Amino acid sequence: MSLRSGTFHENYAQDMAIFRTRLQWGRLFAFLILLFICPLFFSDRILTIMTMIGIAIISVHGLNILTGYCGQISIGHVGFMAVGAYTSAILTAKFGWPFWAALPCAAMAAGMAGLIFGLPSLKIKGFYLIMATIAAHFIIIWFILQFRDITGGPDGFAVPKPKIGSFVFNSKASYFYLVMAIACLATFLAVNIIRTRAGRAFVAIRDNDLAAEVMGINLWIYKLQAFFIGCVYAGVAGALLVHYYGFASVDQFAFMDSVWYLGMLIVGGMGSTIGAVFGAVSLKLLDELVTVVGPILSAAVAA
Amino acid sequence: MNFFLQLLATGFALGMVYALIAIGFVIILKCSNAFNIAQGHFVLIGGYLGYTFLVPFHLPIWAALFSAIVVAAILGLLIERLTLRPLVGQSELAIIMMTIALASVLEGLATLVWGGEYKTYHGVLPTITLKLGGISVPPESLIGLIVSIIAVVMLMLLFRYTKIGLAMRATAEDLQVVQSLGIRATTVYAVSWVIASVVGVIGGILLGGVSGVMIPLAEIGLKAFAVVLLGGVNSIGGAIVAGIILGMLENVAAGYLDPLLPGGGLAQVFPFVVMIIVLIFRPYGLFGMARIERI
Repeated sequence: MSLRSGTFHENYAQDMAIFRTRLQWGRLFAFLILLFICPLFFSDRILTIMTMIGIAIISVHGLNILTGYCGQISIGHVGFMAVGAYTSAILTAKFGWPFWAALPCAAMAAGMAGLIFGLPSLKIKGFYLIMATIAAHFIIIWFILQFRDITGGPDGFAVPKPKIGSFVFNSKASYFYLVMAIACLATFLAVNIIRTRAGRAFVAIRDNDLAAEVMGINLWIYKLQAFFIGCVYAGVAGALLVHYYGFASVDQFAFMDSVWYLGMLIVGGMGSTIGAVFGAVSLKLLDELVTVVGPILSAAVAA
Repeated sequence: MNFFLQLLATGFALGMVYALIAIGFVIILKCSNAFNIAQGHFVLIGGYLGYTFLVPFHLPIWAALFSAIVVAAILGLLIERLTLRPLVGQSELAIIMMTIALASVLEGLATLVWGGEYKTYHGVLPTITLKLGGISVPPESLIGLIVSIIAVVMLMLLFRYTKIGLAMRATAEDLQVVQSLGIRATTVYAVSWVIASVVGVIGGILLGGVSGVMIPLAEIGLKAFAVVLLGGVNSIGGAIVAGIILGMLENVAAGYLDPLLPGGGLAQVFPFVVMIIVLIFRPYGLFGMARIERI
C-alpha cells in the first residue's frame, strides 16, 4: 500500500496500523457504503453473481491462510466446504436448529475435519500434501454418500433458508447482505490473523519449515492451526452456499472447484489477503463473462 | 476360499493395469521432476481412442493398439513441447497447475471429439478364458494382464539396453552430469512424456474394454497416484508391486465389505484411504528413497 509523501510514523501504533491516512479510511468507507447499497440498484441476477463472489471470497481467504501464508498446498478445499455445508444443512433441516447456531457448528466441524486431514502435513509437503488433500476430498464425499439416512446420499435434501429470529433471508437482497457482512468480517479477521504471533509463524513455516522449527516454532501446533483456520473459513463458505441454493447435494462440491479456488488464489497472489479478494472477483467475473459470451461466440462460429 | 482367490485373481489383473498407468507417472517424475496430474486423462483419451479404432474403424485389436500408440506418442510429444518445455526450471506448483490445466484441456478434448458419452466395446477385445482349479479369471481382465505384462517387460528392456533408456536413467540420477556429458535433457523429457502418454493410452484401452469409457474414467489417474505413493514415487519396481497390492486390496475390500455398507462403492474410496495411511506412516512409500533435507 503506497503512502502519500509526508506521512510519518511517530509511534508503534501508527507503524502497525493497516490504514495510515484519512484518504485510505475514506476509500474503505466509500467502498463499504457502495457495496451495501448495491441491492438498491442492481437486478437479482447481478446480486446472485455478487453473492457467489462473496462466498468464494470467504473460501479463498481460508485457502490463502492455509496455502498462501502457511505454504500447505491444499486441493481438497471443496471437501471441507462440503463438511461445513452438510453440518449446517443437517442441523437446520433435520434437527430444527436456528441458522445462527448451526453456522458456528458448521465452521467447527469443517475445522475438525481439517485437523484430521492436516495430520499428514506434519511429515510431508509439496506434492505429497497435495495428494493427501485430494484424498481427503474423495474420502469426505464418500462418507457423505455413505450415510444416506441423514445426508440423502446422491439425492441430497432440501435445506431451509437461514432465519434469525423471525426474519427469513429469502430474498436475493437479504441474502446478499448476509453474505457480504460475513465476507467483510472474514476479510477483517484474515487481515488480522496474519498480524498475530500465529500469522508470523505461518509465514516462517512457509518460507522454510526446518528453519522455523530451529527458531522454536512448534510445527505440529502451527501447521494444524493453519489447517483448522483455513477449514473453518471453508466450512462457513460451504454452509452459506447450501443455504443459498436451498438444497444440499454432493454435486455442488465438485473436485475441480478446489482447483478453481487455488486458481483464484494464484491469480490474486498467494500470501496476500487483498489478493484473495481480487482473485476471487476476477475469476468469478471471467466465469460469468464466458457464460454470457460463450453462446454468442458459438452462434458466431456456427453462422 | 474360492471367492477370496477369485477376488485376488481379478485384483491382480486390475492391479497390473494400475501399475502400467502408474509407471507413466513415475517416469515423468523421475526424468523431469514434474508431477503429472493429467495421467488419468491419458487413460481417458486412450479409452476413447480404443473405441474409435475398434468400433467405427473396425480395426483388428493389434492394429487398433498400434494406431492408438502412434496417436498417443504424437499427443505426448505435442504436450511436452507446447506446455511443459516453457516451464522447465519453474516452481513445483507452477508445473502442477499446468498439468491440472492439461487435465482440463484433455477432458475438454474428449468431450469435444467424442461428446463425452458412454462408449463401450465390450466383447470386441479378444477373450481368453483361463481356469485354475475353481477360479476363473475374467477374460477382459486377462487380456489386460497379458498386455500390461508385455508393456512392462518392454519398458524394462528399453531402460536396460537402449541408449535413450540409459540417458533417461542417468537424467533421473543427476541432471547436471548428464548435460555436461552432452546428452540433450529436452530429448529425455520428450521421450518420458511420450512413454507416459503411451502407457496411459494402453491402460485406457484395456480398462475401456472392461467397464466402458466415460469422462469419470479419468479418475483412475487418482488411483495411479495412490499406487505411486504406496510404491515410492521414484521407483518403477515399486509402482508395479504397489499396483498389484492395491488392485488386490481394493477388490478384496470391496468384495467383503461392500455388502455390509449401505452405500457401497468402497472400491472407489479405498485407494485414497490407503494413500492417507501411507502418507502418515511411511511418506516415502515401500521402495522410495527417504529424502534428507538441509536448511
